[in-house]
Amino acid sequence: MKKYTDTGKKDTRSGFGAGLLEAGKMDPKVVAMTADLKGSLKMDAFAAEFPDRFIQCGIAEANMVGAASGLALTGKIPFIGSFAEFVTGRVYDQLRQEVSYGMTNVKIASSHAGITLGEDGATHQTMEDIALMRALPGMVVLCPCDYNQTKNATIAAARYNGPVYLRFGRPSVPNFTGENEPFEIGKAYVLNPGKDVTIIATGHLVWEALLAAEALEAEGVCAEVINVATIKPLDTATIVASALKTKAVVVAEEHNLAGGLGELICGTLAVKCPTPVELVNGGDEFGQSGKPAELMAAYGLDAAHIAEAARKVLTRK
Amino acid sequence: MATVEDLKKVASQVRRDIVRMVTMAQSGHPGGSMGSTDILTALYFEVMKQDPATWTRSGKGQDMFILSAGHMTPVYYSLLSRAGYFPKEELGTFRKFGTLLQGHPSVRKGLKGVFQASGSLGQGLSAAAGAALGKKMDKEDNFVYVLCGDGESEEGQIWEAGMFAVYHKLDNLIAMTDCNGQQIDGPVESVAGEGDLKQKWTAWGWNVIESDGHDFPAILDAFAKAKANKGTGKPTMILFKTVMGQGVDFMAGTHKWHGKAPSPEQCEQAMTQLEETLGDF
Repeated sequence: MKKYTDTGKKDTRSGFGAGLLEAGKMDPKVVAMTADLKGSLKMDAFAAEFPDRFIQCGIAEANMVGAASGLALTGKIPFIGSFAEFVTGRVYDQLRQEVSYGMTNVKIASSHAGITLGEDGATHQTMEDIALMRALPGMVVLCPCDYNQTKNATIAAARYNGPVYLRFGRPSVPNFTGENEPFEIGKAYVLNPGKDVTIIATGHLVWEALLAAEALEAEGVCAEVINVATIKPLDTATIVASALKTKAVVVAEEHNLAGGLGELICGTLAVKCPTPVELVNGGDEFGQSGKPAELMAAYGLDAAHIAEAARKVLTRK
Repeated sequence: MATVEDLKKVASQVRRDIVRMVTMAQSGHPGGSMGSTDILTALYFEVMKQDPATWTRSGKGQDMFILSAGHMTPVYYSLLSRAGYFPKEELGTFRKFGTLLQGHPSVRKGLKGVFQASGSLGQGLSAAAGAALGKKMDKEDNFVYVLCGDGESEEGQIWEAGMFAVYHKLDNLIAMTDCNGQQIDGPVESVAGEGDLKQKWTAWGWNVIESDGHDFPAILDAFAKAKANKGTGKPTMILFKTVMGQGVDFMAGTHKWHGKAPSPEQCEQAMTQLEETLGDF
């Protein structure tokens, strides 16, 4: 199996902060906006370097979305940052009308996504945001897997002309993708070629998928691991080719069942090449307080559960 | 420069357009449109620096206008066509399948003159504030105008935007509230107890101007004062007192014509009260 090395755990939100700074240096049109979460979104470096291009909006997310759309009209490239719940569910109608329907070049920087936000509990742990953002016509949905990829995805989002939802998180997770590997929007990355089962994962669960593949290798199972860093538009060709090869698929995500990557893959495969699938996700539940690792284990969102899902789907081939 | 007589002529034609468009579509919002006709006529034919020939959605080098109360498309589309953004014949397609003139403003087919989608209320002031900030960052001189409704001002986001515009010193932002005192479920005060908008906007830190919304000299004076406010660091809110359905006696002063289409007979009756000045579409 292809070996990946963790170069040191880092949080993906810091990857966003680094990418934002770089995008800001690259293009003077890039501006950063936040609703009182500059530090949490790791925007400090950008704000220090470009004080005139950092726009504090206060705890008023709805206005932040609208103001970003107005700035985008005048040619700016605004990144609006908040916790995932507050920059999706709280402002869904604003994003729908002024960004998606309004076709404005706004980038939604969505931090602390999923259950790994941890101790704050369910009010702050959105497990529904991918569903909401996928539903918006024209919205690009990115969910990079580590610090480096989040940094590179941020730069790619700045270069792309159109609305982008960029999902990342709070906990420190293994950093293993290439430091300066250009992020290609719309590409699913095959991290390990395999033949027996396909494990498709996004975000924090990509590393867990690699760990699961290692465990399966010890059992003589050769798993193909695919990092779906772009959930929309989905790289259908890569997914279908893999499913046709392995004839068994597992999809893992830090998100609930409804509208997530799992349902998306199931829908795609049902149309293109019906294949047995097992899903690893948060089901139809809210989160709760706890340490990220504790929660991931309790909600079945780790390598052990992914490997178990693979064993199960293999029996259905 | 347009004289008051010129503006009255345009407004009369615009009101004819509104009633005819809504009647032909048998759908749309004539009441608020007729109430804000004089304000927006002054804006498009005298106040704003804009040029349909060089218009782009970026608003570069021109003034911008955003209709926050997006249901007032009849007056908006009529004025855009009468100001030269698209042929007046287009008005006959209002709300019909395949039209550029969607029920509420859309940017998806590149309709000239429209900067931002609206319809879901309370959002246009934020977009206008963002555009005004963008112009400030680019050291552009132009103004950004936005029209809200008094009923619409029940939306919390209006007040978020109000705070943002003051904090970022957007004195190039000129907001207007069409105070017709009516909303779908009845008189504004009876529906949600909105209270005194002048006091509220003043407390929010805005430069507040009150004006009659049907008297052209008063309207022009209000805009002149708003423009002269540039340099103070304060955004301006003009509270225009208007009458919903103004211009046609049986439509004026009631919320009943907020979103209702006249019958062909009622349309004909209305036409006898509105002079055709620029040629019907």
